[in-house]
Amino acid sequence: MSDRSKLTFWLLLAPLLIWLLTLIILPHVGMFLVSLREKVGVREYETGFANYAVFFNEPLYWNTFARTAYMSIAATLLTLLIGFPIAYYIAKLTRGRSKTTLFLMCLIPFWVSELVRTFGWMILLRETGVFSNLLQYVGLASGPVEMLYNDAAIMTGLVYTSMLFMVVPLVTTLDSLDDSLIEAGYDLGASGFAILREIVIPHAMPGIVSGCIVVFMLSLGNYLTPILLGGKDSLWFTGLIYSQFITRFNWELGSAFGFLLLGLSSLIVFVGLKLSRQSLGKTMAQ
Amino acid sequence: MSETPDLECRDISKSFDDFKAVNDVSFSVPQGTFFSILGPSGCGKTTLLRMIAGFQEPSSGDLLIKGKSVLDVPPNKRPVSMVFQHLALFPMMNIGANVGFGLRQRGVNKTDITKQVERVLERVGLGGVAERPVSSLSGGQKQRVAIARCMVLEPDVLLLDEPLGALDLKLREHMKIELKQLQSEFNTTFVYITHDQSEALVMSDQIAVMNQGVFEQVGTAKELYYEPDTAFVAGFVGEANRFTAKVKGSAGGSVEMVTSDGQTLHGLDARRSLSVGDSVDIFVRPEAVRLSRNQADVAAMGNTGQGKVANILFNGANSQLILRDQTTGAELNVALPQTGEFRDLARDDVIHFGWEQQQTRVYLADGEQTDV
Repeated sequence: MSDRSKLTFWLLLAPLLIWLLTLIILPHVGMFLVSLREKVGVREYETGFANYAVFFNEPLYWNTFARTAYMSIAATLLTLLIGFPIAYYIAKLTRGRSKTTLFLMCLIPFWVSELVRTFGWMILLRETGVFSNLLQYVGLASGPVEMLYNDAAIMTGLVYTSMLFMVVPLVTTLDSLDDSLIEAGYDLGASGFAILREIVIPHAMPGIVSGCIVVFMLSLGNYLTPILLGGKDSLWFTGLIYSQFITRFNWELGSAFGFLLLGLSSLIVFVGLKLSRQSLGKTMAQ
Repeated sequence: MSETPDLECRDISKSFDDFKAVNDVSFSVPQGTFFSILGPSGCGKTTLLRMIAGFQEPSSGDLLIKGKSVLDVPPNKRPVSMVFQHLALFPMMNIGANVGFGLRQRGVNKTDITKQVERVLERVGLGGVAERPVSSLSGGQKQRVAIARCMVLEPDVLLLDEPLGALDLKLREHMKIELKQLQSEFNTTFVYITHDQSEALVMSDQIAVMNQGVFEQVGTAKELYYEPDTAFVAGFVGEANRFTAKVKGSAGGSVEMVTSDGQTLHGLDARRSLSVGDSVDIFVRPEAVRLSRNQADVAAMGNTGQGKVANILFNGANSQLILRDQTTGAELNVALPQTGEFRDLARDDVIHFGWEQQQTRVYLADGEQTDV
């Protein structure tokens, strides 16, 4: 009996293990090995950290790296700021049918691919686009206005793409907040802001953190949105990795960049968890 | 009392769409009173309490606390505090922070908060637990913390929304006594709502029995038990045998009635409002019925009979007999005295019973009100 239950356990676990091993662990091990190869001549390689040294010696790479990090953090905070009231409204102020409807409305944009959604933004924002024409028609602008290819456009795209991943965990945690706690807060003389700060946010913290982790990872690793909305000046780190792999055929440097990005995202998530005094386990249990 | 009452409701009503949850309720609670609102679920008592707390706005009427109307005062500014049904202690804070929450909102400085929190926790018998998390407390201790959290603000009125509902029986019995003691110690006006009559009877100075949005009767526990004004109160407060009957004759305040089973009962018509042919509801408390093996013991009572023991529901001090009347076959619940006299009573034994005329509560039947 215990042998059979053991077998069942391993059989059920097998798909996950195969997935992790073949799609995550093996490629990363391979990539790590590639990143350690130094090209010294034609088909001659040595093992060393030269590729990583290139990154630290070239300010462009450095700056792109830092810019990607802070833009992603900004996008995450902005998503949280916009998503929290939406989630609060859905979780606490609506009931039954309208709740489902609102939730579905958050989901609907995800029925089309990210590419199509991004093109949608381009149609709105470009020089000959909807907004530009509208501004001219109303008379607020004298000529065509280019709203694409700047940081604001990238930010808009990132926030838009990530909103659902912030709203879903927030709605889940806020849903589990007992209404009587909020009423008790009021009853004891708290203002709306004090209740938000002392009761609602502490309760929603696991949801906030898990939403932020997902949104941050998605933004940091996003390729399509920054490239399409930011143009060639977007300076997004994934763009650099792409160009090393595909344009330059420099897999060694590309792999090193890939690993640096992995390290960066892990570091920032770790710092974020420490700052918010949450543990990864508690957050992911949401 | 000449002072202004702590809490006064004047013709307060609350309607939801076409449903009237609370219908023109008026009452006043003097300072330091333990006032209970007793009623079955759905009678509107929670709505009434939430209106006093300010979470719901009355459709009409006025609400005064210490003589001042508080209708325009939001819940966070009202001088009332509420103990919630599930207590609503904040799980994200420790006990001290929970109790000090209200003081922090008032901007009291930190050292004073610590001092006051410790003092109020000591008063509820929980000194030195301020640093512990809420989850480390037992059910009864949580209850006390919830009360301390309100009392530290020194509210004019403390509202309690069935706070004992979630506790197990033994603890509930214990907390009843403790709540009453806390109330007299703090000398604050408590407004307590419950559907459990024993909670209300044990603790309260004044009880309002509420049914379908109106107060049926307001009085002390004794008044409600011995002199219920309406059939609903007679049926709801305490146990009662209930008969429906028709008035057959009346003479000098005493009425003779015949039940549908053909049993003849005698009672007093206190208000002299009954006339021959009226349909009436009759309530007789099981504990008002005297049992005896000798007919002579009960012969002088207004209502007598002989019954066969159909069942014995043994429950210690609350044991009951179900008697079947020998002549009519009507069932009667009788409290079984635990004096040892009836210890050997067995099923199918025949025994005499009787009760005084004034123990028969008679109410004119009017369809709606008798719906218990």
